[in-house]
Amino acid sequence: MRVLEPLIELARGLWTTLRYMFEKPVTVQYPEQKKPVKARFRGRHVLHRYENGLEKCIGCSLCAAACPADAIFVESSENTDEKRFSPGERYASTYEINMLRCIYCGFCEDACPTEAITLGDQYELSFTERRQAIYPKEMLIEPVPAGKQPTPQKTDPGIFTRSVPEMKDPTD
Amino acid sequence: MTLALVIEWLIKAIVLVLILLTGFAYLTLYERKALARLQMRVGPNRAGPWGLLQPIADAVKLIFKEELMPARADKLLFFLAPIVTLVPALVITAVVPWGPTLHVFGHDITLYIADINVGVLYIMSVASIAVYGIVLAGWSSNNKYAMMGGLRSTAQMISYEIALGLSFVGVILLTGSAQMTEIVTAQKSVWFVMLQPVGTVIFLIATLAEVNRAPFDMPEAEQELTAGYHTEYSGMKFALLFMAEYDKMIAISSIGATLFFGGYREFWFLSNTILSVDRTPWLGPVYIFIKIFILLFGMIWVRATFPRIRYDRLMAFGWKVLLPLSLALIFITATFILLAQQANNTLLLWGIPVVSLVAGAVAVALVYRTLRRKEYARA
Repeated sequence: MRVLEPLIELARGLWTTLRYMFEKPVTVQYPEQKKPVKARFRGRHVLHRYENGLEKCIGCSLCAAACPADAIFVESSENTDEKRFSPGERYASTYEINMLRCIYCGFCEDACPTEAITLGDQYELSFTERRQAIYPKEMLIEPVPAGKQPTPQKTDPGIFTRSVPEMKDPTD
Repeated sequence: MTLALVIEWLIKAIVLVLILLTGFAYLTLYERKALARLQMRVGPNRAGPWGLLQPIADAVKLIFKEELMPARADKLLFFLAPIVTLVPALVITAVVPWGPTLHVFGHDITLYIADINVGVLYIMSVASIAVYGIVLAGWSSNNKYAMMGGLRSTAQMISYEIALGLSFVGVILLTGSAQMTEIVTAQKSVWFVMLQPVGTVIFLIATLAEVNRAPFDMPEAEQELTAGYHTEYSGMKFALLFMAEYDKMIAISSIGATLFFGGYREFWFLSNTILSVDRTPWLGPVYIFIKIFILLFGMIWVRATFPRIRYDRLMAFGWKVLLPLSLALIFITATFILLAQQANNTLLLWGIPVVSLVAGAVAVALVYRTLRRKEYARA
């Protein structure tokens, strides 16, 4: 029966595909069902806040410098105790990311000295116009934590003098 | 020829064309759905319930697409080629009987358009016209990929047409007629797939090559020729070529069902019951529809399973395996028919499947030996 091997092989191939017909489809019906992203997924950027509502971003532009695609534009202004956006001297008065240029490499995350920017889990980005691809700070920043004041806050002098928080555990 | 007869023909022709045109649209959906299930996917399910409106959405998209014509194309032939491809695919089904004679309002309505006595020859001759459309589409595009696709399809279709035609001969010998209704009537007790098992296999393989389906879809091998002969076509002209391809699938399946699987006759386990076409004639179209459906599933199943075979091996298979085998089959069939006539014993006809299966096994063994040869495996 060895000579009939070609036929047996063909039949085995047909049987294999037919068997899969009765398996459950693996399709995820996307807009209705969404699979959670993995922990290390690099999606749209999020600008974080401290627990007291102040912005972590200090407008240092290190992310813009690290960006290989030149997608980030930062303009910084001076903080005062009357109108305080972030700890330390300066804050980002303009923070824009061009999502058409961004390659989601995560270098901005690595460059940030205050861990202000991270790549989140949001991946549904779509625009109908090129200008819409530029996400301003208002779209990127986290909402203010519940019960806390929005920025700019009026703060007591001499408390928020450091831009970068003190490191509690240097090995961290 | 009365006026009533002409009107009857017209109605039957229009109904058949409409069935083929909508059948084509839903065949694409059927193929996409079945292929998806074979690959553990769901398939189109967005347009309408279970994706039932998908063909309409596709049609609307194709109608509104821009018609492109290459600047240095042969304008007339480029325009004619899709039509030349489509028309034979529609016309070929004219001789396929869809059911027995119906008695409606005192009229005898026959469920075929033309029952000519050279029905099988008609099929062969019309089927070969479709080659012109494809080679002209390839040539007039003035594109080297289209040209190569057209050339390949000509060579392939002409080669496999021989095996296809010879696989018909066994059926004609058994029936003693090339008339399609006669062939169906002859299968009242036994389907020809039982008497001609190897002939049926040859037919099924050759039809895959005839309609350019995987694994013989050389003329439109994406990886080699972008899209083959229809590379330069877009919009409705592309839709016509596409339609021709799928209508050929339907036509060839209906021919296969008629020649080997009993045509509009009931399944063997339903004979002599109320569901037999002799008692309820209008079930004929239902039976042939079921048979076509199953044969089409076979084509889709094969597409989902086997990879495309290399071009030289395709030609070698057609000329060196299928052609000699089908010639041997004719010899075997004729011999046993003659023996049965001489001995006046129809039981001798069952020698045909036995001996032809042995011949088929020999052919497979020879293929196996060739494939095992070292120099062939290296090539």
